[in-house]
Amino acid sequence: MYDWLVIAIPVLPLVAVLLNGLVGSRYSHDVAGRLASGSVGLSFACALAVFANQLQGRGAHEVVAYRWIFGGDLNINLAFLIDPLTCIMLLVVTGVGFLIHLYSIGYMHGEEGFTRFFTYMNLFMVSMLLLVMGNNYVVLFIGWEGVGLCSYLLIGYYYDKVSAAKAATKAFVVNRIGDAGFLLAIFLVFYNFGTLDYTQVFAKAGALSPQMATAIALCLLVGAVGKSAQIPLYTWLPDAMEGPTPVSALIHAATMVTAGVYMIVRNHVLYDMAPVAMTTVAVVGGCTALFAATIGLVQTDIKRVLAYSTVSQLGYMFLGCGIGAYTAAIFHLMTHAFFKALLFLSAGSVIHALGGEQDIRKMGGLKKKIPVTHAVFLIGTLAIAGIFPFAGFWSKDEIMAHAFVHHHYGLYAMAATGALLTSFYMFRLTYLTFYGPSRMDHHTEAHVHESPWIMLGPLVVLAGLSLSGGFPGVPPENGWFHHFLHPSVAAGVAEDHGGSLELIIGLMGAATVIALIGWGVAHYLYSVDPETADQWAAKSPATYATLLNKYYVDEIYDFLIVEPIKALGRAWDWFDKTIIDGLVRGVAELTERGAWLSTWIEKHVVYAGLNVIGYANHLTARTWRRLQSGQVHHYAAIIVAGLFILVHLAYIWWTTGMVGFGVALR
Amino acid sequence: MVPLSAYVAVSAILFATGLVGVLIRRNFIIVLMSVEIMLNAANINLVAFSHYLESMTGQIVALFVIAIAAGEAAVGLAIIIVVFRGKISTNVDEMNLLKW
Repeated sequence: MYDWLVIAIPVLPLVAVLLNGLVGSRYSHDVAGRLASGSVGLSFACALAVFANQLQGRGAHEVVAYRWIFGGDLNINLAFLIDPLTCIMLLVVTGVGFLIHLYSIGYMHGEEGFTRFFTYMNLFMVSMLLLVMGNNYVVLFIGWEGVGLCSYLLIGYYYDKVSAAKAATKAFVVNRIGDAGFLLAIFLVFYNFGTLDYTQVFAKAGALSPQMATAIALCLLVGAVGKSAQIPLYTWLPDAMEGPTPVSALIHAATMVTAGVYMIVRNHVLYDMAPVAMTTVAVVGGCTALFAATIGLVQTDIKRVLAYSTVSQLGYMFLGCGIGAYTAAIFHLMTHAFFKALLFLSAGSVIHALGGEQDIRKMGGLKKKIPVTHAVFLIGTLAIAGIFPFAGFWSKDEIMAHAFVHHHYGLYAMAATGALLTSFYMFRLTYLTFYGPSRMDHHTEAHVHESPWIMLGPLVVLAGLSLSGGFPGVPPENGWFHHFLHPSVAAGVAEDHGGSLELIIGLMGAATVIALIGWGVAHYLYSVDPETADQWAAKSPATYATLLNKYYVDEIYDFLIVEPIKALGRAWDWFDKTIIDGLVRGVAELTERGAWLSTWIEKHVVYAGLNVIGYANHLTARTWRRLQSGQVHHYAAIIVAGLFILVHLAYIWWTTGMVGFGVALR
Repeated sequence: MVPLSAYVAVSAILFATGLVGVLIRRNFIIVLMSVEIMLNAANINLVAFSHYLESMTGQIVALFVIAIAAGEAAVGLAIIIVVFRGKISTNVDEMNLLKW
């Protein structure tokens, strides 16, 4: 019964995928939307039941849904591992997923390809659930590729838009780089352990040499960096905002991009054995957190600001993983899913209200017009900025505190600076969008309207979660969340509780002050004295331009990688067209000439010879056929003549004693 | 006692007569009759040698030949009638269709 419950979690959305995908065009959009959301809702219910079961201390549990590849030493099952980590991921994925599906019904209303949208969304849910539920690397990889595919499909949802199609391709190609690393890691794991099941791998991990552990961990990191948009493979995520906003919320903020974090935490046993890899993870995370935050400072597209903020927050999670604060990383993953989904969805609500406008320079003063959206957006901002007691405060602070307590002061400084910038750009976004004078044109302004309740409902729920989502993790490092997750990350070497209460509280205070400073600066620049911001930008145009152009990273990648590859492609194209095709055409030409020659020979030599024979026959026959006159007399005369000759011969033969007819007769 | 050579001589004369008839006559019916003469020449030969060799085989074969000659005459006459209906002629020289 319990096993069926577990299997039902990914199967329910899969059924919806099949129905909507195959026969979705036969029923109305309403039915398709309800079916899609309902299946995810049911999945969520199943996940809750599984979670309740875990709460009763059931412990890690494996469910084999299907024996897939077996024979010899190889045994790969479509099997699920249910442990606290999976439970948390399940709840986040299905819960947030369900809310976003509900929201999408309103947001996507009347869009072309409504059913297609929900088919992809549900397919994404299936893949993501496989990813977090799999009990071996192969199932993880299937989910990993599945979410990548759905990400591609959904970024390119408006496929007739060139920028969307390009963004989708970019996301797919950049993810391929990461996936190659991940695949290498899987090969290494199989090479070293002969199995791909987590439990067996982790049980045998102790025998691994540190070098090999480092190699595996680094290869896994490459995969995680690609999927979770960390330096240097983060460039696809901001472009991914070409997709519909619910997609940005679900895939590119709440769930898929956190897959890398989940994967690292899942493999923490291997990471614990590889300090070099750990440091790499932490540095990558710290750099990304800071780097992306600086870009977020000056972006003008509401979704792009949020995208860079997502990259930055993912950096925090990586930082947490890298310093061994796995619980904190997952905690931040969860709260981030809440408040970032909330922010994206309310940004979607703003965009919806403005009829598609995404440029914050053309917004402003929306507080009065869409009060509910404003309220939930503000809650999201407070949560991500880390204002007490919102969700982001607890989780982000825990990562930062962990860094400080364990003497990673450099990383702490990065994270703290990142937090300051985060607070600043998020409040900048809020001020520019909702406060100050309106910068909309009259036509847009006249049509501003609050979103329907099917959209606002999920927003309110997510706002509640952003408000309260941090409390399971209170007190820091010793909350309910930590105890629940403890079995999954138990072996974490650095998971000890360092730091006195005074230090922790001091760090919390520091974090709050940092967040408030960011808020204050944003308040001053965008509310009190709006001129100053422009003056600052004008004072250092080079810096401003660099930030606005995202450090020209895309251009650098284009110059260093994309263009050379394209040039190589063109060179090969030339080679193919000129050399290979030339050879092929040469052969074709030769064959053609040969065929012509052989035809000529056949016509003029062979046929001629045959004709000579034929004509000779013809002439002979014309002469000799006269013998067959049709006159019976002639035949009779010939017979008689022959008879005479024969009789004479026989007579001679008889009288000469049978000589003259050959030796054999004698 | 008539010697065997007399029988053979008669047979040879008859055969030669028949053969010349087949070769030189133009009337289909006469040609057919000449063939019959040739067959009977053979019959005389068979019977004579049968008697001379005191074996019945020759006479039995002669009876067979007579029976076959009857059949042959019937078929031959039937062919003549059919051809005559078409050509209003029994001239053998006019029947030369069986050629190249």
